[in-house]
Amino acid sequence: MGRAAYIRKRLVLMIFVLFGVTLIIFSMIHLVPGDPAFLILGERATDQKAAELRHQLGLDQSLPLQYWNFISGIFHGNFGMSLLYKQPVNSLVFRRVPVSLFLAAYAMGLSAIITLPVGLWAATHKNKISDHLIRAAFLFALTTPSFWLGILLILLFSLRLHLFPVAGYGRTFPQHLKYLFLPALTLSLQLSAVLIRNLRSGIINTLDSDFVRTARAKGLTNRTVLVGHVLRNALVSTVSIFGLQFSAVIGGTVIIETVFAIPGMGQLLFTSITARDYPVVQAITVTTATLVILVNLIVDLSYSFLDPRVTYE
Amino acid sequence: MSETVLTGQPGAIALAARPVRPVSFIQRLNIRGTLLFGLTLLTIIILTAIFAPLLAPYDPITQDLGAAFTKPFSPGHLFGTDNYGRDELSRIIFSTRLDLQIGFISVLFPFIAGSLLGVTAGYLGGKTDLLVMRVVDVLIAFPFLVLVIALMTLLGPGLRNLYVAVGIFGWITYCRLVRGETLIARNLEYIQAARTIGCTNRRVIFTHLLPNVIAPSLVYVFTGMVQAILFGAALSFLGLGAQPPAPEWGAMIAEGRQFLLQAWWMPTLPGIGIAITGIAFSLIGDGLAERRG
Repeated sequence: MGRAAYIRKRLVLMIFVLFGVTLIIFSMIHLVPGDPAFLILGERATDQKAAELRHQLGLDQSLPLQYWNFISGIFHGNFGMSLLYKQPVNSLVFRRVPVSLFLAAYAMGLSAIITLPVGLWAATHKNKISDHLIRAAFLFALTTPSFWLGILLILLFSLRLHLFPVAGYGRTFPQHLKYLFLPALTLSLQLSAVLIRNLRSGIINTLDSDFVRTARAKGLTNRTVLVGHVLRNALVSTVSIFGLQFSAVIGGTVIIETVFAIPGMGQLLFTSITARDYPVVQAITVTTATLVILVNLIVDLSYSFLDPRVTYE
Repeated sequence: MSETVLTGQPGAIALAARPVRPVSFIQRLNIRGTLLFGLTLLTIIILTAIFAPLLAPYDPITQDLGAAFTKPFSPGHLFGTDNYGRDELSRIIFSTRLDLQIGFISVLFPFIAGSLLGVTAGYLGGKTDLLVMRVVDVLIAFPFLVLVIALMTLLGPGLRNLYVAVGIFGWITYCRLVRGETLIARNLEYIQAARTIGCTNRRVIFTHLLPNVIAPSLVYVFTGMVQAILFGAALSFLGLGAQPPAPEWGAMIAEGRQFLLQAWWMPTLPGIGIAITGIAFSLIGDGLAERRG
């Protein structure tokens, strides 16, 4: 299969998956036992109030018609009205998408900066004390909840050392970088834990291969061998994992935005859960799933451009 | 493991000269290093959960407003008290019960369902496989946390609904792992042989395939438990999981967050409980993976 055919196939698959995503979100509302109207209003609501809300949400129409409305709403960027804010859901959600994306990208950038030197150091100092310390530290990061790490960072860097603001987002780009540093660091520590593990074993395996021995034998410096030969090959698998972690990072922003009071999608999701603001939860679920699908597609496609050995299956 | 088998061989000559020392069951299991450390840690945590009422100096729920915000290392309250004067140490000890329960139950159903689906889809292939893998493709597009939160908004908060939500979406990884192994194993000779002698699909799957393809999924169970505990803590933190006043690490951190300036120990100490439990499960998972090579 050629590249064009591969891209076409991926796009068809993407449309199928997007369709599945809407179907799942839609069926969640209708397969779950209980009346959504009473769930939103509470058990003690009057029947008349419930009927009004059902009408407002379109829940009194037939299922296929409701699904059609839901789908066409998505294509028009119309997710209905927020029950809590009494505003159109799309303006509420889309305003927050860039904030969450900024945080996710920042976290991924930081983890790339952390992973490269630390992974290289751990692999070249295999089974030395520093390697064990690195592994222990990142095992700790991997097994502790991100919101707890975030709180520890606030206690240390914001409340004790006054280096970073406790919460918020800032207005200008440099301010964003400063305000989002601690939340991005929190997210990146866990991501780095996954990546460093992978890079370390990748480098250790590559160091054993014949071409590295050849490179050494012809007298290349240690540095050239490591950076030019070993790292380039070991990075292939780490980079592919890196891209696929976007989903986990976007999921992580939900919690971290709540901890640091960042006005992104995650924080909106949190307030919407508490208020049972159904349309907003629905819109955020569709939006994050779409973002993940798009990013995975970009990762796959760029991968096929970067690594000439990738076969199109 | 292969190391000991190899080093055992040359010893055969020496056997005649030296009396054979009986090898205990524990020695034959050959549990060492990472695995041993992880299992020891987990045993301690499980014992803590079982004997919590004996270990905890106070009741985890009874309030004592007069003693509110006692600092750690005060007499009578090693880890201090919270805003209701409840002893932090006792609450952290009792939390092991709820958090271990979250870890075990949230993994049980996904492991069974995912493994069965994976082996069936991989072995039968064709339309069954296509259908299962398409469902997997769609579910993988969602960030797991967002999907579970969306479902729990509908089901309502609480641990029972947490298990339902995690159960519905958690089987994917197990399914993919087992399916991958099955795709390799189905073309091996012993499976061909079993089919040739006329075994039913059901018999091939359950007696021949499943025992041979389950290992990676079983190893992943331990990673799954770490994730389930972190996940349960995260949902309790958002107010969807364990409900107050039940002692649960995530919920305790959430409560403590409001008192960050007055009582740093309230959000800090429960996290150590999660970390130790997570490390125990991770080490067991790593140890088992190492043994598989």
